Amino acid sequence: MLCKRIIPCLDIKDGRTVKGIHFEELRDAGDAIELAVRYCKEGADELVFLDITATNDKRKTLSELVTKIASKINIPFTVGGGVSSLEDVSALLKAGADKVAINTAAFKNPQLIYEMAHRFGSQCVVVGIDIKFEGAEWYVYLNGGRIKTEKTALAWTKEAVALGAGEILLTSMDSDGTKDGFSNDITKLISENVNVPVIASGGAGTIKHFEDVFTLGKADAALAASVFHYNEIHIDDLKKELKRKNIKVRL
Amino acid sequence: MNLVVVKYNAGNITSVDFAFKRIGIDVTITDDPEKIRSADKIIFPGVGEASSAMSYLKEKNLDKVIKELKQPVLGICLGMQLMCEFSEEGETECLGIFNKKVKHFGSKELKVPQIGWNNIFDLKSPLFKGVQEDSFVYFVHGYYAELGENTIATTDYILKYSSALKKNNFYGTQFHPEKSGSVGEQILKNFINL
Repeated sequence: MLCKRIIPCLDIKDGRTVKGIHFEELRDAGDAIELAVRYCKEGADELVFLDITATNDKRKTLSELVTKIASKINIPFTVGGGVSSLEDVSALLKAGADKVAINTAAFKNPQLIYEMAHRFGSQCVVVGIDIKFEGAEWYVYLNGGRIKTEKTALAWTKEAVALGAGEILLTSMDSDGTKDGFSNDITKLISENVNVPVIASGGAGTIKHFEDVFTLGKADAALAASVFHYNEIHIDDLKKELKRKNIKVRL
Repeated sequence: MNLVVVKYNAGNITSVDFAFKRIGIDVTITDDPEKIRSADKIIFPGVGEASSAMSYLKEKNLDKVIKELKQPVLGICLGMQLMCEFSEEGETECLGIFNKKVKHFGSKELKVPQIGWNNIFDLKSPLFKGVQEDSFVYFVHGYYAELGENTIATTDYILKYSSALKKNNFYGTQFHPEKSGSVGEQILKNFINL
């Protein structure tokens, strides 16, 4: 049986790992390479690396950091942040990424998803979707949560999958950094309506939260940052506990 | 050890390159038939789509080169599928090394493609020396090869299928040993030591 995946996320700013609350109030969480190697040893199933200050002049530095990390770890590695063209994707894959996450650029130019899938295969296309609950709906937000759109989470996810997205990285801005638990309802709705894996992100605070997002939220993978960065939850302990709860994990 | 990785239009070759570097082996990445023929061992990687990969191989004459190799060859993921007879992906005639058809996972209950860590069992080859039954490895695929006489590892997702194949000097893994943690590293080392 296929395992549920535990994915630590490194948000990178100027080569350091940072973490915020509700996408703001960033604080330093350590050296990216050291953290990547530590997570790999602790049993992470995959790593996600998001460059949150990605600008054109910093691209080269990003590729170098990707190469340094990719050469050291033996688990799948997704890189994202400011990716807006096939050239960006190609450069990151060459640098050693296994998958590339696209977010705002994909929303503004959905054809990019199709072109990425066609050229590099769906397996490397992770579409990041940042969402927030307003009124009675979950809406998609762009530019790291700064710009609201009128599109609902479910509508955009379906479109992205139809265009060739291989996985969906669903981040609830309402839960991000709160440590109050994942947004299980919307995760479940999305996961049950698409036939590609959904990675739930935002809100992990306790081991129970992970259990809930897999059982109630029907997530295929759960992503978290600060609980791992600050050693609040050890990945090995987390996976052992999940196994005790009959959730299939790799140990 | 002269280890060659076949370069073509369907491969995440950087990951394979890094994986061998981690176990202390430098690879040559090339599409030059002479260099491939003269290698000690060959890795035939692959992620992507079967029919376009096959057309590219034919165009470069690499299809014949690969089929005629006598030294150990390891196909990974799409590489393994292309070593089969036929793939439902793009209705593609493949290399025909393994007497197998590659089929699409049909399921309403489970997600396709399968992405993530799953077990390998019924391990039957020196390729798996030191690898325990039910070890976890990393998969990303929407098509599978059926069980049969060439099967040297089995995995269960929707149904039981071949997660590794062997015939003569040809080996194939459906999973990605280069991304499968210490288990994957052991399998790559075993291939080097064959």
